[in-house]
Amino acid sequence: MRKGMRVAAPLLPAAFALGVSFGVLARTAHMSSVAAVVMSATTFAGSSQIATVSALGGGGSVAAAVVAALLLNARYAPIGISIAKSFRGSLLGRALQSQLIVDESWALAGGGTPRFDRRMLLGVGAGLWVAWVGGTAAGALLGKVVGDTSAFGFDGAFAALFAALLVAQLRDRRRIAAAAAGAAIALVLVPVAPAGVPIIASTAAVLVGWRRR
Amino acid sequence: MSEAWAAVLVVGAGTAAIKAVGPVGVAGRRLPRRIEELLEMLAPAILAALVVTETFGKGRSLVLDARLAGVAAGIAAIALRAPIWVVVLVGGAATALARLLS
Repeated sequence: MRKGMRVAAPLLPAAFALGVSFGVLARTAHMSSVAAVVMSATTFAGSSQIATVSALGGGGSVAAAVVAALLLNARYAPIGISIAKSFRGSLLGRALQSQLIVDESWALAGGGTPRFDRRMLLGVGAGLWVAWVGGTAAGALLGKVVGDTSAFGFDGAFAALFAALLVAQLRDRRRIAAAAAGAAIALVLVPVAPAGVPIIASTAAVLVGWRRR
Repeated sequence: MSEAWAAVLVVGAGTAAIKAVGPVGVAGRRLPRRIEELLEMLAPAILAALVVTETFGKGRSLVLDARLAGVAAGIAAIALRAPIWVVVLVGGAATALARLLS
């Protein structure tokens, strides 16, 4: 786990900063500071949290906000299944450990490959969790002082992070083909489907790796 | 209970359940070999989709905005074998700069 925290360390300022912007956004959407921090601690999935407060802030219903958020998190079902065999121990322990699954901890720990390292996932996930929850608290409390955080470019920073995590995966032709197909599926679906659907649909791209025998 | 709290609790419980599906439901069990082979392709597929949605997605439309500058600068940093924190820093700085100038 310590190794995972070391791997996560360089990402913590960015996770903290994104947490700050979520905290600020939550306050502008009339969510209390406590609710924002509780959400970061329990949901721990940035894009879905931002979608929730955006929907509420825009006057949407709770049901619409919940559906939008859970669609965005639907990818964590296949992601969790891809690494399930390395989880052992009690049911409660496994359920708690699974909460540290986020895109970054999963990808940095090896994704769904035989090299997957559960301790790495837990270390990276724990580090990111602390930064994310701490950032949320700071943003929720200092919201009015920080102001509009979009000027800082955190969204582009995370897009670049995903690009770096992707490039590390492109080790052979099958993986490159899966990535190309996943990107194509997302590009086609973004204009026609609610957020989250393009990502969960992109999992169909794994089928390009299907080998006849 | 406020609407915000209702959303926090339901999204939190739902997400926790989704994340736990694999580690609780199929833990320690080996999946069929062919399924495992397919799941190995999951990371490139999902990460590529995330790059697309985080770079070009804005609601239900595809847009070209400052984030593209961030990703382009990030990819340049990756090509120069920069460590991941440099990629993130460069990506954020380029996005902020492009946003400032546009």
